[in-house]
Amino acid sequence: MTERTRIPLHRDPRVRAILVQVLAAVVVGYGFYSLFQTTVDNLVARGIQTGTNFFDEVAPFQIGFTPFFDYKLGESKYIDVFFVGIQNTILVAVLGIIAATLLGFFIGVIRLSPNWLVSRGALVYIEIFRNVPLLLQIMFWNFAIFLPTLPAPKNSIAMGAFYLNARGFHTPLPVIENTTDFAIWIALLTFLVIGLVMFARRAKALFEETGRRLPVPWISAAALIIGGYIFYLVSGSPLSFDEPVLGRFNFKGGGQLPLPLFSLWFALTLYTSAFIAENVRAGIQSVSHGQTEAALALGLSRKDTVNLVTIPQALRVIIPPTISQYLNLTKNSSLAVAVGYEELVAVWAGITLNQTGQALVIIGMTVAVYECLSLLTSFVLNWYNKRIQLTER
Amino acid sequence: MSEVKIFVPAPDRSPPSNTLGPVAWLRENLFGSISSSIATLLFFYLCFSYLPPFVDWAFIKANWTGTDRSVCEANAAGACWTFINVRLEQILFGLYFASKPEELWRPTLIFVLFFALLLPLLFERTPGKKWLSIALLGVFPVVFYFVVYGGSFGIPQSNTTQWGGFLLTFALAFVGILLALPIGILLALGRRSEMPVIRSICVIYIEFWRGTPLITILFMASVMLPLFFPAGVEFDKVVRAMIGITMFQSAYTAEAVRGGLAAIPKGQAEAAMALGLGYWRRTVLITLPQALKISIPSIVNTFIALFKDTSLVSIIGLLDLLNMAQTAARSVEWKGYDIEGYLFAGFIYWAFCYGMSRYSQNLEHKLDTNRRN
Amino acid sequence: MTTDIHMASAELGDTIIKIDELNKWYGQFHVLKDINLDVKRGERIVICGPSGSGKSTLIRCINRLETHQEGSIVVDGIELTEDTKHINEIRREVGMVFQHFNLFPHLTVLENCTLAPIWVRKAPKREAEETAMRYLERVKIPEQANKYPGQLSGGQQQRVAIARSLCMNPRVMLFDEPTSALDPEMIAEVLDVMVGLAEDGMTMLCVTHEMGFARKVANRVIFMDGGQIVEQNEPEEFFNNPQNDRTELFLSQILQH
Ligand SMILES: Nc1ncnc2c1ncn2[C@@H]1O[C@H](COP(=O)(O)OP(=O)(O)O)[C@@H](O)[C@H]1O
Ligand SMILES: [Mg+2]
Repeated sequence: MTERTRIPLHRDPRVRAILVQVLAAVVVGYGFYSLFQTTVDNLVARGIQTGTNFFDEVAPFQIGFTPFFDYKLGESKYIDVFFVGIQNTILVAVLGIIAATLLGFFIGVIRLSPNWLVSRGALVYIEIFRNVPLLLQIMFWNFAIFLPTLPAPKNSIAMGAFYLNARGFHTPLPVIENTTDFAIWIALLTFLVIGLVMFARRAKALFEETGRRLPVPWISAAALIIGGYIFYLVSGSPLSFDEPVLGRFNFKGGGQLPLPLFSLWFALTLYTSAFIAENVRAGIQSVSHGQTEAALALGLSRKDTVNLVTIPQALRVIIPPTISQYLNLTKNSSLAVAVGYEELVAVWAGITLNQTGQALVIIGMTVAVYECLSLLTSFVLNWYNKRIQLTER
Repeated sequence: MSEVKIFVPAPDRSPPSNTLGPVAWLRENLFGSISSSIATLLFFYLCFSYLPPFVDWAFIKANWTGTDRSVCEANAAGACWTFINVRLEQILFGLYFASKPEELWRPTLIFVLFFALLLPLLFERTPGKKWLSIALLGVFPVVFYFVVYGGSFGIPQSNTTQWGGFLLTFALAFVGILLALPIGILLALGRRSEMPVIRSICVIYIEFWRGTPLITILFMASVMLPLFFPAGVEFDKVVRAMIGITMFQSAYTAEAVRGGLAAIPKGQAEAAMALGLGYWRRTVLITLPQALKISIPSIVNTFIALFKDTSLVSIIGLLDLLNMAQTAARSVEWKGYDIEGYLFAGFIYWAFCYGMSRYSQNLEHKLDTNRRN
Repeated sequence: MTTDIHMASAELGDTIIKIDELNKWYGQFHVLKDINLDVKRGERIVICGPSGSGKSTLIRCINRLETHQEGSIVVDGIELTEDTKHINEIRREVGMVFQHFNLFPHLTVLENCTLAPIWVRKAPKREAEETAMRYLERVKIPEQANKYPGQLSGGQQQRVAIARSLCMNPRVMLFDEPTSALDPEMIAEVLDVMVGLAEDGMTMLCVTHEMGFARKVANRVIFMDGGQIVEQNEPEEFFNNPQNDRTELFLSQILQH
C-alpha cells in the first residue's frame, strides 16, 4: 500500500460530514434546551409549576359520555379524564373504521360498475365528500341537519329496538344474565368454530385430491347462525337485551351514542369512505387487463378470475393506503371538539388544559398518544409491505 | 396471358345498427344485465325522490333578493340566499373590510391579481411560465402584504386579526404553501442524506408533525407558542396559526418531494458526479428540477389537504371562511339559516379543491404518458 | 485504418493511470482483488469478463463513483483520496459514458453538453455552446441540438452522451458497456464514434463485449473474473492464443453465435 498524502481537514469529506453533523446536533439540542427552559420559566412566572402532580387532583367537571369508565364528578381525578379521552377516541375511531371500510369498498366497487349511472353516481359521491373540509361536514350534519331536524325523544325515529332522536342514537345492549350458562354457550360456540375449521381443511384436502369443491363459506355461515342459535337455546338463553326505554326526558338503558358522537361518526364515515373508495378503485384498476385476459384464456370462470387473480393483486395495492386512512380517521376524530364529543383532544388538551394550565405536560401527552398510534401504523405497514415483498419473490 | 391483378380495397360498411346509437348505448350502459337494470331503476327512483325537492328548495323557490330575513320568512319553502347576498362581503373578506366599503378594493384587487397570475400557469402552452411563477411566488406575496396589510403608501393598516372569511382562509393556505415548499425541499434532501444525524433530525421532524393531528398543533401554536418565547415577544393569533400550519405543511411537502427524489434514477446523479459537479450543483441543476416536476401532483394534493385543513382555525377562534359563515348564520338577524351558510362555504371549498384535484390528475396522467413514450 | 492505430501504439506516452494493489469490498463481499494496472497516455484498453466480475466497479473507482478500501489509484499524478479537491480535479479530466446513457432528460441536447463546462469549468456560455456544437458535429448529430433526449433514439442518445463528456476536454475516457443497451443497428453508429476517438489518440478504458471493436482499436485486452485480472494481452494474442483456461471458456462462449 502506498503511503497517502495527508489531506487538509477542510477538504476531507469525512471530517466535513462529522463537523456538519455535530453542528446540527448542537444547534437542535440547544434550540430544544432553550425552548424548554423559556417555557418552564414562563410557566413559573404565571404561577404554574410544571409537573405531574395535578394528575391526582380531583377533576372539577363532569364528563357526560364515559361508557367504559365509572367517572364520578367530585371523585374522579384528572388522570382519569385522560383515560376516558383515549377510550372515547378509540371508540369513535373503531366505529368509523368499520363503517368507512364497508361503505368505501362498496362505493369503490360500484365506481367500476359497467352501469354508467351507477359509476357516475359513485364518482359524484367521491368528489363531493373528499373535497369539502371534514370540519365543515361535521358541523353541517350536527348543527344544520341532525340537531334541528331530528325529533325530540318523545317522537324518536324507531328502527326496531333502535331509536334515533336529537339527543343521539340508542341501541339495545346484550347483558349476561347467567355467567355459567354464558360460559357454556361460549364453549359450545368454540367447539363449533373448531369443527368448522376442521371441516374447511377437509374440504380443501378434498378439493386438492379430487377437484371437487364444497360451498364452504355458505355451509360455515349457515352452521354458525343456526348452530349458534340452537346452542344459545340449549345453554338456557344466557343473554338478555337491555333495551332503551323512554324516560321522562330521554331514553334510559341500552347503549347510548350521544348526538355529537353520532354526527362525528357519520361525517368521519362519509369523508373517509370517499378516500377508501378511491383506493379501492385505483387498486382494482392497477391489476392490468392482461392479467384478467390471461386468466380467462386459461379457462377460469369470471368469478374465479376475480377471486383468484384480480382481488389478491388488487388488495396489495389497496391495503397500505387504506391503513393510512385509518390513521387519518383516528387523527381526524380530534375534530370532535367542534361538536362537543368528549374524546382525548376535547377533554384533555381542551378542558383539562384550561383548568390546570399545564400546557407542557398535557400537550406532550396528547401528542405522544397520537405519535404512538402513528408509529403503530407504520409498523403494521412495514410488516405488511415486507410480507408482500416476500411472496412476490 | 395472365392479367396483373389490381388490389381494390373493399368498401367500408357500417356496423349492425343494433350496436350504434343512443338505444344501443342505453342497452349496454344502463341495462346490460338484470342487476344493472335494477340498479338503474333504483338510481332513478332515488334521484326522483330527492333531487327535485332539493332543486326546488335551492333554486326554484329560493329567495335571492331583499335585505333582511322577512323576505325569507315570507317564503320558507325556499333557500334563503338573501342571507348570503347580504353578508357576502363579510364571508369573503371578513369583518374589517366588510365594514369599510371604501377599502373593499384591496382584497378584490388581490384576488383578481392572483387569478390573473394563476390561470395562465395552468395551461401547458403559456409562454413565459417561469416569469409568471416567479411573479406568483415572489412578487405576489409582497403585493399582498402592502395592499391587504397596508400601513404604507397611504393605505390604512389592517391587522391580521381583523382579516376574516375567505381572505383569511386564502392567506393561511398561501403562507403555508409558500413557506412549506423550501422547508419541505430541504427536509426531503436531508432525509435522503448519508449523514445519520442530519437524516435522523429530518425523519423525526417529518414524522412528528405528520403523526400529530393539526388541531393539536393549532392548540400548541395558540397555547404553547407564547410560552416558547421570552416575555415581550408576542405574535397575534393569526401569525401563530400560520407558524403551526407551516410546520405541519412542510412535513407533508417533504414527503411529496421525497417521493419525486426517489423516482429519479441513480444514474442521473452519477452522470453529474462524473462530470465533476458537486453535491449542491448536482442537486439544484439535475436532481431537484426533475424530482419537483414528478412530484407536482403529490404536492398539489398536499395543497388540497391544507386548503381544507385551514378550516380548523375556526376551532381556535379565528374567523375564517367556515367560521365566518357560521357566525353570520348565528347572528341575531339571520339565526336559523345554518344550512345556507354551510352550503355556500362548502361550495367555495369544494370548487377550489375539486379544481386543484382535477389539475393534479391531469398532470399525473400527462406524466404517465410521457414516461411511457 | 487498423494499422494506423497500432502504429500509434508503439509511441505511447507516460503513465496516466496507475492502479496499485487495489482492493474493494461491498460489506463482506470482496469485489476487487489485488488489481494492478498501468495505463499509458494514448493507450486503449478493452476490459471484458463475465457479468458480476467487477468490471464496472473497477472503472468506477477511477473517477471515484466508488470508493476503494485498500491500494492506490493515481490519475495524471493526482492520488485519489477522500480529498474533495482532488476528486473534483480528476472528475474534470476523466470522462465517463454509461450503459444507460444517463442524459439529463429535462435539458436539451445542447444544454446537456454545456452544463458541466459552464458550471465546472466556468466557461462563458457562448464559448461552451460553440464547443458543444463542434463535438455534436463530430458525433454527427448537430441537427438534434435543441431536442430533448427523450426525442432521440438510443444510439443518438449514446452519441450525445459521448459528446457531453468530450465537451470537458477529458484526458481519459471511461466507457461502461456503452453499446449493451442498444439495438443492433445502433451499435455500429456508436462504435464508429469510438473508433474515431481512438484514432485521435484519446486514452480509453472500455468495458465492452464487442470483440470486433477490441481487435480493431485496443492496444490491450484485459479479462476479469471474480474481481481479479485473469489475463491481459495484445488483442491478436489474446483472442488467438489465450493463456488461461477461464479466458478460453469465456471466449468460446461469447464467440459461439
Ligand atoms: N452497490 C453494491 N452493493 C453490493 N454489491 C454490489 C454493488 N454493486 C455491485 N455489486 C456486486 O459487485 C459485483 C461486481 O459488480 P460489477 O462491477 O457491476 O460487475 P460487472 O460490471 O463486471 O458486471 C457483482 O457481484 C455485484 O453484485
Ligand atoms: Mg457492469
